[in-house]
Order: sequence, then C-alpha cells, then structure tokens
Amino acid sequence: MSAQVPIAAYLILAAVLFSTGVAAFLIKRNLITIFMSIELMLNAVNLTFVAFAHMWHQLSGQIFVFFVMVVAAAEAAVGLAIIIAIFRTRETLNVDQIDLMKS
Amino acid sequence: MQLALFLIFGGLAVAGALNLLLQRHPINSALSLVVVMMSLAVLYWSLGAEFLAASQVIVYSGAIMVFFVFVIMLLNAGEEERTTGSRAAYLVGFPGAAAIFCLLSFVFLSERKALGYTNIGGYLNHVTSNISEISTILFTKLLLPFEVTSILILVAILGAVVLARKEQ
Repeated sequence: MSAQVPIAAYLILAAVLFSTGVAAFLIKRNLITIFMSIELMLNAVNLTFVAFAHMWHQLSGQIFVFFVMVVAAAEAAVGLAIIIAIFRTRETLNVDQIDLMKS
Repeated sequence: MQLALFLIFGGLAVAGALNLLLQRHPINSALSLVVVMMSLAVLYWSLGAEFLAASQVIVYSGAIMVFFVFVIMLLNAGEEERTTGSRAAYLVGFPGAAAIFCLLSFVFLSERKALGYTNIGGYLNHVTSNISEISTILFTKLLLPFEVTSILILVAILGAVVLARKEQ
C-alpha cells in the first residue's frame, strides 16, 4: 500500500491557488491579467469540487465542475470581447485609466 | 504513486500560480496559467475524474487559454507599469489574500480527520467508467440544464460577435 494523501491536502492546495488568484486580482493592473486571475480562482474551486466528489463517492461534484467549465468558456468569450471593445475606445489596458463608464 | 503525483503536480500548480502573480508581462502570466491548468488536469485524474481531466486539457488549456493568448497578441499588450493605485492594491491585496488562505486552511485542517484519505483512481475502478456514469446522469436526470447550457453558449457567441464588432 503506497502512501495516501489526505483530502485536506487537496483542499489546502485549492486554498493556496484561490488566494493567489485573489491576490493577483487585487494587485494586477492589466485588464487581461485580472481576467486570467478570475480563471485561476474558478480552477481552484473546481479542484475542491472534485476532491469533495471523491470524498463522498458521488458524481454531483464532477457534474457541477462540468457546468462551471461551460460557463467559464462563455464568460471568457464575452469578457474578452468586452476587453477588445474597451481597448478600441480607450487605447489602454491599465485599469487605473479605465475608471469611467463614459469618457 | 498518489503522493508523488500530488507533490509533483501540486508543486507545479503553486509555482505556476505564483509566477502568474509575479510576472509583469501578460503573455508570461498566460503561459504560467496553462501550466497550472495542465497540472490540475493530472490532479483530477488522480482523484478519479478522468472525463474532467480530459475536458480540462481540451476546454481550459486548449480553448480558453489559446483565446487569451490570441487577445494578448491582438491588442499587443505590454508590461504593466507601477502606479499609485497599484501601491494601494499591494497594501490591501497581500493581507487580504493571506487572511482568506488562513481562514480556509484553518477550517480544512480542523476537519482533517473527518475528511479522510484519497485512493488513486477513485471508487469506480473495475466497475464502470467515469465517463459512462457522468453521461448517464447528464442525459437523463440533468437533460434540461444540459440543453439550456447550449443556449447559454449560443448567446455568448452572439454577444461576443456583437461586442467585438467594429462600430459603423
């Protein structure tokens, strides 16, 4: 029998990834990088879903991750289209200069 | 085997996430996010979610990240510069993220005994495959949400086309 990994280890790994995503979301000044840190947070939450699905021997968690992936794909498409539209009018990706709804 | 996979790919995921945080250029952040997603795919596989491991590689690191890299190249995004706003964000961001991490890991570690241990490949070994179980649920019990998802994607495609179109 090889060494077993506790479920808590997976959950703490997900917590590390999630808080790194939160830090990147708050610290980064580039619009695209901020959007990527949202994807990182989604991935961290997906890892907790899979770990809990493993723990409870049920597939509900995995199906939820499937739907999260679909929504993330739709969100990425719309979000990046918005970023392209913003860049076309403002000529910048720095969030400090994108602070007005209408300029 | 499980421990080795967890240590190697968990470490790789954390290293990629920190690299995303520390790099200044968005293309470097995007490529380190690809590393995070690929190592998460291996972790999914070790937890017995083969279908999700495959779709993580195909959907996330294949489709979504290629889309990100494509937009970064299209907009010719350069390195970000430090501003007064970023100094305030440093002051708030690191303690906030550390507080979230401490809270989460406190809860997980205090429930460590109740959470139990993993065994590689999950519980479905030699009985039935993960994909057939998921598809059975997806096409019987959850057929309506699954179909609504396709409408969501259709709306997202239309929205992306409308938003990114050049205005006349």
